[in-house]
Amino acid sequence: MTLAANIPHMASPFVGGAPDQMFTPALPAVRASLRVEATKVWGWRRENGRVGVRNHVVILPLDDLSNSACEAVANNVKGTLALPHAYGRLQFGEDLDLYFRTLIGTGSNPNVAAVVVIGIEEGWTSRIVEGIAKTGKPVVGFGIEGHGDIATVARASYQAKKFVQWASELPREECPITDLWISTKCGESDTTTGLSSCPTVGNMYDKLIPRGIYGVFGETSEITGGEHLCKARAASTEIGEKFYRTWKAYQDDVIEAHKTDDLSDSQPTKGNIAGGLTTIEEKALGNLEKIGRKCRYIDVLEPAEAPARGPGLYYMDTSSAAAECVTLMAAAGYVIHTFPTGQGNVIGNPIIPVIKISGNPKTIRTMGEHIDVDVSGVLRREMTLDQAGDALIDMIVRTGNGRLTAAEALGHREFVITKLYRSA
Amino acid sequence: MSAAHKGAPHLLAHNPRDNVAVAVVEGLKAGTRAFGVVTETDQPFEIDVHDDIPIGHKVALQDLGDGDTVIKYGEDVGRMVARAAKGRHVHTQNMKTKRW
Repeated sequence: MTLAANIPHMASPFVGGAPDQMFTPALPAVRASLRVEATKVWGWRRENGRVGVRNHVVILPLDDLSNSACEAVANNVKGTLALPHAYGRLQFGEDLDLYFRTLIGTGSNPNVAAVVVIGIEEGWTSRIVEGIAKTGKPVVGFGIEGHGDIATVARASYQAKKFVQWASELPREECPITDLWISTKCGESDTTTGLSSCPTVGNMYDKLIPRGIYGVFGETSEITGGEHLCKARAASTEIGEKFYRTWKAYQDDVIEAHKTDDLSDSQPTKGNIAGGLTTIEEKALGNLEKIGRKCRYIDVLEPAEAPARGPGLYYMDTSSAAAECVTLMAAAGYVIHTFPTGQGNVIGNPIIPVIKISGNPKTIRTMGEHIDVDVSGVLRREMTLDQAGDALIDMIVRTGNGRLTAAEALGHREFVITKLYRSA
Repeated sequence: MSAAHKGAPHLLAHNPRDNVAVAVVEGLKAGTRAFGVVTETDQPFEIDVHDDIPIGHKVALQDLGDGDTVIKYGEDVGRMVARAAKGRHVHTQNMKTKRW
C-alpha cells in the first residue's frame, strides 16, 4: 500500500495538530490532557459568573430588515461582529418563542462581552435587550422606525465604539477547565467518523463530564436507527422516555407529515453516501459514538434551551443541519464546539469556536486547512482513542486560550436560525 | 518516519458480529488480499477483496443474500436488496435502510 506515504507526518500527534499547522515547540510540554484536574483556561468571567473564551461585541439584528444597519455599524466600528440572519418578521407561537430564545441566548452567551441590538421597531427590540440584560452584560437597543437607517447607524455606532473599547480592556483570568461548556455535533460524516473522530469526542466527554463540564449532543433525525441505544443512555427511565417522545414526535409530526418519498436523498446526505455511509441507521450509530462509553445524559432540552440541571451531558432536540444545530447550542450557552467530520464539513460559528476533528486521511490530505485535530492515526492503528481524546482535550484548552480554529481563521460565521414553520 | 506502518490495516470492522468492514485506505483494489482488524477486540482478519473499494466504503465479510440484515457496530444497519458475495462492495447499489 502506498496510501500512507501521502500523509504528512504529524510533528506532534499528541497535541492534535492537523498537518498544515505550524509546530509550536512549547506545546508538548504544556499538554492539558496530562493533568486535566489542574488545567486552567484563560477566559473571561462574565457578570453572571459564566466563563467565555471569546470576547465579541455583537451587533444583533432583531430581524432581516435590520441586517443592513447592523452590518454598517460593524463596518464603522472595528472589532465588532454583526450577525445577519433571515428571520424575525411575523413569526408566532412556538416558532416565535424559539426565535426569541435563539437571539436572546446568542447575546447572552459568555463569549459575548456586550451587545447592540437593532430592530425595525422598538417593541421586540426591547424584548431582546431585556432578555440579554438579565446576564448583567452591557446591552442597548435601537429602533429604526422614525429615525431611518443612517441616523440609527450613527447612534448605534457611537454605542458600539464605547462597548468595543471597554471590552478590549476586560482582563482574562485563569478558570478551571470545568467552567467550560462544550457542545458537539458532527457533519459530512462518513464511515471514518464512526471509527475515529466521533469516538474521539466520546472519549473527551468520558474524561471531562465526570469532572464537571457541561456537554450537549442532539441531531434528532440523525438518531434514527440508534434511538433504542440513545434512550438507554439516559440517566433515568423518565429522561429516556422524554428523549423517545421527542424523537418520535419528530418522526410523526415532521417526517411523516412532510416527506414526499423516503428520505434517502437527504439522510444520509450525498456527501455521506460518497463517504461510504449507506443508511440512516449506519449514520446514527456513528453519530452516537460522540457520547462515549460512560456518559449518561441528564436532561432533554428544547432547541436553544439553556441546561438547568447542573453539570453533565444533555440531549438537545435539534436539526441535523450543521449551522442550525451549532447556532442552537451556542444560544443555549455552550462556548466551544467539537465537530467531527469525515468528508470535510467547513462550518464555523460567529461566536463560538468550532474545533474540527477528522480521521479521514483523504480529507486531511485534500482539505487539511479546515481540520484542527487529525485523528487519522486511529484508522492506521497508530493512535489509540485514548490518545485521540487527549489530543482533543489539548486542542480544547489551546482554543480556550485563544488559538483561532481553522473555521475562525477562514472566516466561517454561519449563524442560522431554526424555523419551525412558515410565518403568518 | 514513513507513515506506511507494516501493521496499518486496509479494513476495520467495529464488532465481532459485523458482516461488513470499512476500507480505511485510499485506492483499495480488486484482487487485494486485505488485512483487517476488529476494533473492539483487536482481532485481526484477512479477506480477498473482489471490487475496487473507495476509502470509507464497505466490504462484505461473508456472502450476503437479498434480504439479509447488515450488521455493523454489532447492530442492525439495514438490509440487502441484492446479493453481495464475500469480498464485494456493499453500498447503495445493494443495501437499503429499513426506515424511511
